[in-house]
Amino acid sequence: MKQTLWTLAALLSHWRRRPGNLATLVAGLAVATALWSGVQALNAQARMSYDAATAAISGGGARTLVAARGGLFDQDLFVKLRRAGVDVSPVLEGAARIGDKTIRIIGVEPVSLPRASPIAHKRKRADVLEDFFSGEGRGFAAPQTMRRLGLAEGAQPQTERGRRLPPLAALAEAPPGAIVVDIGVAQRLLDRPGALSRLVIADDAAPDDERVKRVAGEALRLVAADDESELARLTDSFHLNLTAFGFLAFLVGLFIVHAAYGLAFEQRLPTLRTLRALGVAPPNLVVAMACEVAVLTLVAGGAGVIGGYAIAQALLPDVAKSLESLYGAQISESLSLDLRWFLSGLVMAGAGAVLAAASGFAKALRLPPLSVARPIAWRAEHHRYLRRQAALAFLALVAAACAYGSGEGLASGFAMIGCSLLAAALFLPVALAGALALGERLARRPLARWFFADGRQEISGLSLALMALLIALAANIGVGGMVEGFRQTFTRWLDARLAAEIYFEAATPADARDIEAWMRMQKDISAILPVWRAKTRIGEGPVEIVGMTPHETYAAHFPLLEAAPDVWTALHAEDAVLVSEQLARRRGVGLGAVIGIPTSTQVWRARIVGIFPDYGNPKGQLRIDHERLKRYFDDASGVHYGLRIASDATARVIDNMQRRFDGKIARIIDQSELKGLSTDVFERTFAVTTALSTLTLVVSGVALFASLLTLSDMRQARIAPVWALGATRRKLAGLELMRVMAFAAVAAICATPLGLFMTWCLVAIVNVAAFGWRLPFHVFPSQWLVVFLIALCAAFLAALVPVARLARAAPTDLLKVFSNER
Amino acid sequence: MSIHATPEHLEATWKAAPMLRVEGLCKSYSTPQGAIPVLRGVGFTLAAGASLALTGESGSGKSTLLHLVGALDDADAGEIFLDDARLTLLSEHARAAVRREKIGVVFQQFNLIPSLTVTENLGFQARLAGRYDSAWQDELTHRLGLTELSGRYPEELSGGQQQRVAIGRALAVRPKLLLADEPTGNLDEASGDKVMTLALDLVAATGCGFLMATHSERLAARLQRRVRLESGLLAPQ
Amino acid sequence: MGAALSRRSALLLALSSTSALAQDFGGLGALGALGALGGNATGFAFPKPGTPLVFPKDHGAHPEFRTEWWYVTANLKDADGASYGVQWTLFRFAMAPNSARAGWDDRNLWMAHAAATSAGEHLYAQKFARGGIGQAGVEASPFRAYIDDWLLETRNVTASAGIEQLRVSAYDGIFAYTLDLAAKGPIVLQGEGGYSRKSDAGQASYYYSQPFFTAEGVVAFHGRKTQVSGRAWMDREWSSQPLGPDQKGWDWFALHLDGGAGLMLYRMRGIKAAPFLFGNWIDDEGATSPLARDDIAIEPLETMRIADRDMPIRWRVRIGSRGVDIRTQPLNPRSWMGTDPAYWEGPIRFSGSHKGEGYLEMTGY
Repeated sequence: MKQTLWTLAALLSHWRRRPGNLATLVAGLAVATALWSGVQALNAQARMSYDAATAAISGGGARTLVAARGGLFDQDLFVKLRRAGVDVSPVLEGAARIGDKTIRIIGVEPVSLPRASPIAHKRKRADVLEDFFSGEGRGFAAPQTMRRLGLAEGAQPQTERGRRLPPLAALAEAPPGAIVVDIGVAQRLLDRPGALSRLVIADDAAPDDERVKRVAGEALRLVAADDESELARLTDSFHLNLTAFGFLAFLVGLFIVHAAYGLAFEQRLPTLRTLRALGVAPPNLVVAMACEVAVLTLVAGGAGVIGGYAIAQALLPDVAKSLESLYGAQISESLSLDLRWFLSGLVMAGAGAVLAAASGFAKALRLPPLSVARPIAWRAEHHRYLRRQAALAFLALVAAACAYGSGEGLASGFAMIGCSLLAAALFLPVALAGALALGERLARRPLARWFFADGRQEISGLSLALMALLIALAANIGVGGMVEGFRQTFTRWLDARLAAEIYFEAATPADARDIEAWMRMQKDISAILPVWRAKTRIGEGPVEIVGMTPHETYAAHFPLLEAAPDVWTALHAEDAVLVSEQLARRRGVGLGAVIGIPTSTQVWRARIVGIFPDYGNPKGQLRIDHERLKRYFDDASGVHYGLRIASDATARVIDNMQRRFDGKIARIIDQSELKGLSTDVFERTFAVTTALSTLTLVVSGVALFASLLTLSDMRQARIAPVWALGATRRKLAGLELMRVMAFAAVAAICATPLGLFMTWCLVAIVNVAAFGWRLPFHVFPSQWLVVFLIALCAAFLAALVPVARLARAAPTDLLKVFSNER
Repeated sequence: MSIHATPEHLEATWKAAPMLRVEGLCKSYSTPQGAIPVLRGVGFTLAAGASLALTGESGSGKSTLLHLVGALDDADAGEIFLDDARLTLLSEHARAAVRREKIGVVFQQFNLIPSLTVTENLGFQARLAGRYDSAWQDELTHRLGLTELSGRYPEELSGGQQQRVAIGRALAVRPKLLLADEPTGNLDEASGDKVMTLALDLVAATGCGFLMATHSERLAARLQRRVRLESGLLAPQ
Repeated sequence: MGAALSRRSALLLALSSTSALAQDFGGLGALGALGALGGNATGFAFPKPGTPLVFPKDHGAHPEFRTEWWYVTANLKDADGASYGVQWTLFRFAMAPNSARAGWDDRNLWMAHAAATSAGEHLYAQKFARGGIGQAGVEASPFRAYIDDWLLETRNVTASAGIEQLRVSAYDGIFAYTLDLAAKGPIVLQGEGGYSRKSDAGQASYYYSQPFFTAEGVVAFHGRKTQVSGRAWMDREWSSQPLGPDQKGWDWFALHLDGGAGLMLYRMRGIKAAPFLFGNWIDDEGATSPLARDDIAIEPLETMRIADRDMPIRWRVRIGSRGVDIRTQPLNPRSWMGTDPAYWEGPIRFSGSHKGEGYLEMTGY
């Protein structure tokens, strides 16, 4: 359609004359897309790794049998099932450490491995069997895993228990962070003889749950193929947080796009009218505008997706470390993304561009080909605008209230935060207009009155950028408050929880016994505190069980949120437990309630005598008496201990123990190092959030800059009359600067209570729904001051260039305003 | 005098096959105080190659009438026949086509597309209508004295130069009807005269109809015919 | 041959049942029945002439030898007179010498083939298992050979019982069978007291049979059960290198002659040299007389294209000293075992100077 093409040419020629405007538009959309797609890439990569881990063994789509209680089960269940004709393949998985890095050991049985397993796919199972059986065997690892561990082909590293691995070989299909060995070798490396963690059902076997039940009884539980992997469920909230932030950043970026596009639209309005007058039909006009948006999407969206890749690549190591430390999840550290991610980024960019341009399209459709010149109509328009903003703000507030009322879920928490931010942002221009009206009434000097009156005209042009600034500032305060509050709470809690001076893990229970015997004879060691662990499942979630001996260390230091008056005596004397905060919340139980705990043999019913905080643990935790742990859980770890020692003897004792029990100690660490490690994990987790938050602030600063730049021409037209009447350009420019900074200051002041509200939401609703534990609510006035100064700085920097231009505008330019030749 | 022209006038114009015929045009604007009638039954004809000046005081409705004839606005009542097409019956789409191909418009100000050069502006309507003729455009450029200015942007031109470009754009498409709404309103007398001379020459050369609204009696005298708009009605002079 | 086998195995598998394991063990061809039967056998024990076979101990496994099998074939008829054949085989391969260990460290690989043949259908299945953990194995006394849920075990659980009364069963998605076997004659030692030579170069195995089983039980094709009864023959062999470097495969006949006698014949085919023939005449009381090489004449009469190979399906067998001149023909010519390794095995009938039925196995084509 020739018409449409020429119309498009006329529209595009606008950017030729205003490349800065175009750059802003493209940059805004690109940055928004980059932040969004970067976060999506991180999430997708993690999900891929979780799935890959399971799929590598069973080949996606296979069902598995796991222990009903969680943990390991005896391999004679495997033999019994096979003797009964059920086609299953055994797998043993566990964690081990090589040097200071954690890896997963996966033991498989190549003869029975399902055909669909990627491991069996690349190398024939017979070859795998040969590899496993020849010489010292083989351990398969992905090339990147070997690189991360710093090992070459054929290397035979040792685990922390002193077991030597078979020679390593590279296999691209091996899951990340894992070494695949023969199942017998795995049992030896993990010191779990005769134990299995899973049975994979061969994919072409007909399901026969009857037979399985007959043979295995209640010992095994079927996990369907499409059941979300355990890891995916545990890490859900982590990823949701990332997504929420990505979305926030995208939204702020969209503000830029909307502002830039809207301003461009206003500037092209005369052109649009001329086009209509020349005979371009409205649909053609809209089609041409749509084409323009499409080209913009492709260019800016494409650049954004590439930027997103870079962001994800930069943040991936931190995210990987966090996931590993928090959940034990291993994710690949090199991004491998498919076309779908790329396309979804473009779609997001397109949606954003359309959203931003939608109002322009609507106006263009209804555009009459005439402009009936009404120069001072802006006042009426301005009032309408303010009324509309106020109405929308009210609606958003109502939506927020509904979200609050609708429940305790994560989604409603985020919805509430989002709607509140939107309401505050929408209301900001109204508030500013009100403040300016007040100022105008109070001001005496003419220039001052002009300062306030003219400022109101500027509001509608700057409103989007200021709204973006408000949201970014509020988010900064909100998230920053939460993080800082968490940091303080966490440090205090860590101090209380890590009461012992030394923590160590023996290689085997027998070794532990030897060490215990020696320790009893040491004068330096004032207390030996076994902290053995077991695993079970309560409801749908995994639960850790930790044993405690009756020792005054606990009574003195162990932090409790709620406790029965006789908590410590009850714990050791009766059938009583302490539950972690998140477990209590998840099961809906409180002090005094009785819960059923599946043990090795039965279901043990115990009374809850205390609730303790357990920050950062995705699983529920129970604390019970040490003797009861030994009695009820025959698979208790039996190797973990804490030692009470005089602090100056710590280094000496560690040294002694290491020298004496070299191979028998898997790990030994002192309190300060352990605290350092924990804090490090914490910092890394929030490093990502902080990075995103800062980026959002930068984006909003750019929005402000862009808006001011594009407004500068209009500002010249407003300044000209005042200049002609006798004010100097320097003075007028200075007033402009002050005005912008005043706007930013107001935004910062509004952002503070908003940010506090956001902190409260995050702490009381979002965090509780996502993780299960609640942080106390802290305020940090120093933070407000910092944010205020940041806002002023941002405004100053953003306004610098436009204001300077204004100050140095040539008189001829200003005069053109009057001669109608502009 | 009343509504229509004298029978003699009618006969003369009818014999010359009128390209434009307007009958009983009515238009009012709505304000918060009520409807204000601007045109109350205007009618006239214009033959191809003829020129007609519309005079009247500011606010008398000259622009409104021009906008209606140029298919830029809708009348409340009446008919407009342009080249045998009944404008009032046409759809939005068809009217846009008429504007593109058959009508050239020159406003008082803000005619040109600010982001296109002079050359691009000149050829724009012709290209839209699919009637671009580079030879004709070159001739127009030459006759309008715009050759040295072809690479400039509108904001770099004086008012007179801009109006010359506007006329060139309007005529480049070889319209049946050229409308001008106070084309020299923003220009000084000398420039205005020059622009008018050029316009009239080119109109005679192309043989299109020329309808111009102006408050200047002097300019109006240079056209073939004049009518005066008073209280929403036409009075021939 | 390994790779070519896999593709075709896949096609044939589509006709049969489970165990898609076959195609991945294409590589096992090198280690599989044929390869392990030839090639390097350092570290393993070798059969020596003059070693007495002791029962029930020798019913069990001999892990110091590289390969071993327990082999049952049965010729059956149902009430309407329709003929069927059933095969049950359990192989043991040692992947390293002296590597029988408890647990996963055991280096024995167990493989089993089961087949059921009727005039119109030949269905088969294959299983693999590792040794040492109880998934597969053989116990000598009381006798039990098992892999997953396939069993060959004694019905008489006293300490001294050997293999006189056995039950053999196999299950698969498409077919299944359970047969009770009762020995009507003594165990027969092949070769010289169980030492059976396979080539001029000296390859040999320990080999005994129980050819006098009566069989009774149920065979099910696609879930349709049929009561059957007939005769069965069990073979036991173990060695470390039964094939010489130039031997590609063999043809083996186990024939029940009407009248009660039995005939076991082996024709080891060489690449260059003439086939190595040996056999055993077993009279109806179990007395054996090994047959001299030049006494035996076995010639293929007709070949058919099966699984991209030219397989001789009809044979002429002559034993001069016994006046045997018979022609054999298969119950179902398409008795191809698309397992890994792949071979032909199915029930046959014969007529001529003697009449009867038996089993034919052809490998290495």
